[in-house]
Amino acid sequence: MSDIKIPPGRVTPWHQTNWDWRAAGNFIGGGTGTGLLFFATLAAGSVDNYRIMALVALACIGVGLTCVWAEIGRPFRAINVYFHPQTSWMTREAIVAAPLFLCALAAVWFGGGLFVGTAALLGVLFLYCQGRILHAAKGIPAWREPKIVSLILATGFVEGAGLATMLAALLPGAGPRWLAAVLLGALILRRLAWTVYFKALEKSGLPKKAMEVLRPFGAKFEMLGQLAPEILIVIGIFYGAVLPGLTFVAGLVALAAGWWLKYTIVARAAYNQGYALPSLPVRGQGEVMPGVKPGWTK
Amino acid sequence: MARYIMTVDLRRCIGCQTCTASCRHANATPPGVQWRKVLDIESGEFPDVRRSFVPVGCMHCADPPCMHVCPSTATYQRDDGIVGIDYDICIGCGYCAVACPYQARYIVHRREFAYGDKPNQQEEARFDPKRMSVAMKCTFCSDRVDYAKEHGLTPGVDPEVTPACVNSCIAGVLAFGDREDPNSNVSQLLAENQFFRMHEELGTDPGMYYIFDKK
Repeated sequence: MSDIKIPPGRVTPWHQTNWDWRAAGNFIGGGTGTGLLFFATLAAGSVDNYRIMALVALACIGVGLTCVWAEIGRPFRAINVYFHPQTSWMTREAIVAAPLFLCALAAVWFGGGLFVGTAALLGVLFLYCQGRILHAAKGIPAWREPKIVSLILATGFVEGAGLATMLAALLPGAGPRWLAAVLLGALILRRLAWTVYFKALEKSGLPKKAMEVLRPFGAKFEMLGQLAPEILIVIGIFYGAVLPGLTFVAGLVALAAGWWLKYTIVARAAYNQGYALPSLPVRGQGEVMPGVKPGWTK
Repeated sequence: MARYIMTVDLRRCIGCQTCTASCRHANATPPGVQWRKVLDIESGEFPDVRRSFVPVGCMHCADPPCMHVCPSTATYQRDDGIVGIDYDICIGCGYCAVACPYQARYIVHRREFAYGDKPNQQEEARFDPKRMSVAMKCTFCSDRVDYAKEHGLTPGVDPEVTPACVNSCIAGVLAFGDREDPNSNVSQLLAENQFFRMHEELGTDPGMYYIFDKK
């Protein structure tokens, strides 16, 4: 973690320096893992395949949480993260993580039963907590937009469905044919969530620097991260027998695009609020002047 | 119950940064860390330009987002409205720093010095290892406010129990006092003048009031 030091005299929003790629790693690992845990219940096809998928999912979540642990300033006090369930979504995420791991491991051990569904639901709850963590960060305009919660949920489902599609292609006997259609549905949801999120940011205003990151990203993301896998899936539905690898590639692209999206929002578009004056003060014989909000789109 | 706030008369501030220097001296903050600082905002287009000097720092919000997000309860709010940090339980996750819309929080991981690679006398004497790798910010000099309670003094009136930045201000820009007391210095200033609070639309109910004109 880098020191938080504010450039002296800085008025326009600047990029926060506290949460870097490691924070993005938590959202990437958490989203992918919980999404996979959810789709593994539907797509595994056999107990052995479920075990593999669930273990991969837990590994993803674990890597994400390790990233967070590596970022905090006092890692040996990490247990204190459990102290504030009343209002902190970070505490709630940590609280959900414990039974999530226990249930998923129990599901792996017993190979089914109630633990499978419980682990999947806890995963969705964990993912929801991640969305609320960003939403509660009032100092970062690109994060605090309420629509980010549905975007984080949709992205997690796409990542999970993408990875499930890939694993289904690799594992023997796994993967119903409709899994590609589920991935397509998740992609459409993510496209919708992204559009709604970005339009809300345009409407409410954003630091110009954050908009300079998100606008060009959005154009590329919609083409490469959304349209490309959607086309691949549709082609795969018709020509899957001739080109069996298409859904695998579609899953890979959908997964990678989710990671790209989160890295961009968490690590690149994280410009802070900056400062603003609703009115300029009267100086000498002058009059009150309209206020200023330096570095903002509106 | 008291609600301590600060008023900033923007008509008076000349951007001398004496408050910044006095805060750094009073709180022994490391290089690059300014719990109280003064922005220099240029606005308008030639020839109609304005220059505004704006002291900023922790706003000691009544509804502080930093406190709500803190997973360890290290950030807390006192009964008198002052928002503080318990350095002993803070995990340094930085969530409060990204939740604060006033950029008021700092985390320092390496010990640095103002001049060269060795501490001067002041830095050596006042180094506090508890403040390494945890969040820190303006405290409204809460130790002085506590002293006032014990000795029957009035913060904002008696200098020894008034924040260092307010005491040092050469232009009478800063004032400190109890918003709940209608006879306090700050309540009277706000009754006589027009004011705003920064980023009020975010619902934080900040405790720094910026005066920009008379009523």
